[in-house]
Amino acid sequence: MIVALSGDWVLQGGIPDATPVLRELDQAESREIEYRSEELGAWGSGLLTFLLRIAEAARRGTVGEDRSGLPEGVRGMLRLAEAVPEKAGATRSEEEALPLTRIGLTTIEASKDVLATLTFIGQTTVAFGRFLVGRASYRRADFWIAVEQAGVEAMPIVALVSFLMGVILAFVGAIQLQQFGAAIYVADLVGIAMVRDVSALMTGIVMAGRSGAAYAAEIGSMQVNEEVDALTTIGVSPVEFLVLPRVLALVLMMPLLTVYADFVSILGGLFVGVTMLDQSFSAYANQTLNAVSLTHFLPGILKGTTYGVIVAMAGCLRGLQSGRSSLAVGAAATSAVVTAIVLIIAAAGVFSVLSYILGI
Amino acid sequence: MSALIGVRGLTMAYGDFVLMRDLDFDIERGDVFVIMGGSGCGKSTLLRHLIGLKEPAAGSIHYGDVDFTHADQARRDQILRNVGVLFQSGALYSSLTLAENVSLPIEEYLPELSRDEVREVASLKLSLVGLAGFEDYYPSQISGGMKKRAGLARALALDPEVLCIDEPSAGLDPISSKLLDELILELSESLGTTIVIVTHELASIFDIATTSVFLDVESRTMTALGPPKELRDHSPDPAVRAFLNRGDEGGQTA
Repeated sequence: MIVALSGDWVLQGGIPDATPVLRELDQAESREIEYRSEELGAWGSGLLTFLLRIAEAARRGTVGEDRSGLPEGVRGMLRLAEAVPEKAGATRSEEEALPLTRIGLTTIEASKDVLATLTFIGQTTVAFGRFLVGRASYRRADFWIAVEQAGVEAMPIVALVSFLMGVILAFVGAIQLQQFGAAIYVADLVGIAMVRDVSALMTGIVMAGRSGAAYAAEIGSMQVNEEVDALTTIGVSPVEFLVLPRVLALVLMMPLLTVYADFVSILGGLFVGVTMLDQSFSAYANQTLNAVSLTHFLPGILKGTTYGVIVAMAGCLRGLQSGRSSLAVGAAATSAVVTAIVLIIAAAGVFSVLSYILGI
Repeated sequence: MSALIGVRGLTMAYGDFVLMRDLDFDIERGDVFVIMGGSGCGKSTLLRHLIGLKEPAAGSIHYGDVDFTHADQARRDQILRNVGVLFQSGALYSSLTLAENVSLPIEEYLPELSRDEVREVASLKLSLVGLAGFEDYYPSQISGGMKKRAGLARALALDPEVLCIDEPSAGLDPISSKLLDELILELSESLGTTIVIVTHELASIFDIATTSVFLDVESRTMTALGPPKELRDHSPDPAVRAFLNRGDEGGQTA
């Protein structure tokens, strides 16, 4: 059987259907395909794909192929394509796991994660201990950079969020309190709520999205680049070198940011009180000063600091656990934010129960 | 007829720092053109200029009769469609399987092909580089050499006229690197593809290059142009002879 090729065989025109040839092949008595290519123009992958289809059919039907009529280049490429046979067992199919298997795998995965987290907390504690006795190996510059990134650079977004939180709380309160002429207590509501709980909570969540994700992405990329391994081989603990400065920076900056958020959110409440509720500046300020005491202020600071520890640890942990691809770094950053927010909310719950029991 | 790629008075710079100046050479159709030079001389940067990833500080790059440097984006895309690039470590998209990686440019430029056809072409390309059967693997599941070959398959996806390769042997063992060289040569011979390679592997250079340009890190310009074997033995510039003789300036024929 003779297959004569003519014209241009390039991908742009699509790949010609090989069925007519294959059908002929089934019916033909001849046990050999011969190619003619005198009129063949430009050729590319289109032709190669077509010829490979015929070759496969020919192999199945034990029909021989005489390729001497093909251009040298085409023969070269076909030789190359067929040079390395498909590796046995290389092709893989997706295996559907049974539900029970999946539950088991998830459980094992979860317990490993818990173990890894505990190990990490332990390592960080040890690193912190070494820091206290002045033997931790980290660069002071890294610490100050982290302080700048988690402190000064976070101020605009924290200000925006807490000012609006103050405004929102004041509005919600005003609608209810005005009904019985107690609009001045908006100051108490905003002051106490923000200082005790909301400032720390909002700052924590903002920092989880801002610094926690950044930490995970940074350390994750270092993992991809084998920088973390390089640290280990020169005898520097990655936890001391990478985690310690970041955790310290956030632990130091979170209380300050919380105080800052307290102040800005009260300004937000004041703004609503003065412009919408016809209160005087001094009346609102006085009312706030009378309402908010150290028993509100100190727990707020404590919460903020705790959230800071959570955000920094979650970010660094997920970064260190990151895989070695760009995909894994993205997953690490996502996981860092999710972990931090879940833990922050859980911690907030624990704090509420504690202060209820302690009566403060 | 003008050369396939023409570099005219090209100056490359990062800000105020001039990396190379006054580069002037032609790459002819069917050449295996090697850009060589010591570390940090700007070989890879030159390649990035050729494919439009960096803009010249002065001078221009021509593809055929078209001034690539001053062409608009549509014209550039049209030219780059015929240029395949293999980056140093393959640059495979880690979220896609090998088949999907190779399919991506095909789907982008040839929307008229059906999914099965695209898949078939992708399989063909993978089998050309010896990766038949690895269609559904993710880049993270294969070795560095395989990633490089998969990157080559992707660079070949659209039957490019020009194939640019950045350091084909970086990170490969001598045998794999030799096999890759042979593969590149076979592709160039069979398909008539023009190949531009950045490398400082002497073995590679002598094996595959038909012509080459030498970028000198001291004088910050090109100091030699021609077939590497000729340059090794007869270049008037001792720095070029030294480079091609592994630092042995005598210029003895090996």
